[in-house]
Amino acid sequence: MGVTNKLGEMGVVTLRLEEAVNWARTNAMWPMLFGLACCAIEMMSTQASNYDMSRFGMELMRPSPRQSDLMIVAGRVSRKMAPVLRRLYDQMPDPKWVLSMGDCASCGGVFNNYAIVQGVDEIVPVDVYVAGCPPRPEQLMHGIITLHERIKQNRLADWA
Amino acid sequence: MNLIRGFATTIKHVFEEPVTIQFPEEERPVRERFKGRHALKRYDNGLEKCIGCSLCAAACPADAIWVEAAENSDEARYSPGERYARTYEINMIRCIFCGYCEDACPTEAIVLEHEYRLSFNDRVDAVYTKDMLIDPVPPGGQDTPQVTEPGKFTRSIPEMKDPD
Repeated sequence: MGVTNKLGEMGVVTLRLEEAVNWARTNAMWPMLFGLACCAIEMMSTQASNYDMSRFGMELMRPSPRQSDLMIVAGRVSRKMAPVLRRLYDQMPDPKWVLSMGDCASCGGVFNNYAIVQGVDEIVPVDVYVAGCPPRPEQLMHGIITLHERIKQNRLADWA
Repeated sequence: MNLIRGFATTIKHVFEEPVTIQFPEEERPVRERFKGRHALKRYDNGLEKCIGCSLCAAACPADAIWVEAAENSDEARYSPGERYARTYEINMIRCIFCGYCEDACPTEAIVLEHEYRLSFNDRVDAVYTKDMLIDPVPPGGQDTPQVTEPGKFTRSIPEMKDPD
């Protein structure tokens, strides 16, 4: 699609461009603050000096959706919070990713009741699910590495 | 004077070792009682400890475990006693790693180990089947199903080494 269709197969050039763009995307990802429950405490711990998420280029948790490209949904999403989450996701500029941190965000966890959304993938497309209740900071970082691996497989043909 | 004392504290910390753990390369060892990914255990002769009683599924507060039992026979024996777990699935993004399954298990078949690297690209990948959970056959043991002599493995719960 897009560029490849117009220019034909660019071979080495497209490969390098893909690699450069994917490198840029993975190494300067700005996560959005979306701490909803106890998982947020572990997310803060991941940011703090012991685990230091800025090693992955995530110096700042952006409270503004328009400046971020990764949404870490940390905690259980109630039905009342769901429209807010969707709205914030819609406000994020492309390309954007969603990391569902912990059991409650991934599938409801122990809260199998009417008040909790049974997994945020009901309302937003989720890229990586991280297990744990709550996940250790290492688990969240492993999830971020999994997301990086996924982004590195992005191809130029899929962008357009 | 307070200014000097304040900056002295700062300068003291400049020469300290950084506390950051470089995670993918370097890991902080978990505690002995840390509860991570489950493992299904085997006896020394290779038979599975799990007898398919579903007590773990009943004890699970998040309904993360699904067990389907089937009958053992002496020609094809998976575990001591009458039944074994034909299907054993744990949904890792549902499990809250509380360890109630470990407490409920009458044969100490399910144990929460120290593996914690659990992230998935798809929620279907998070369902761990019996093949992924079960331990490898110990040396000297034999893989299941085994052919056993009749009358040897009649009890589901054999004498345990340490009932505590």
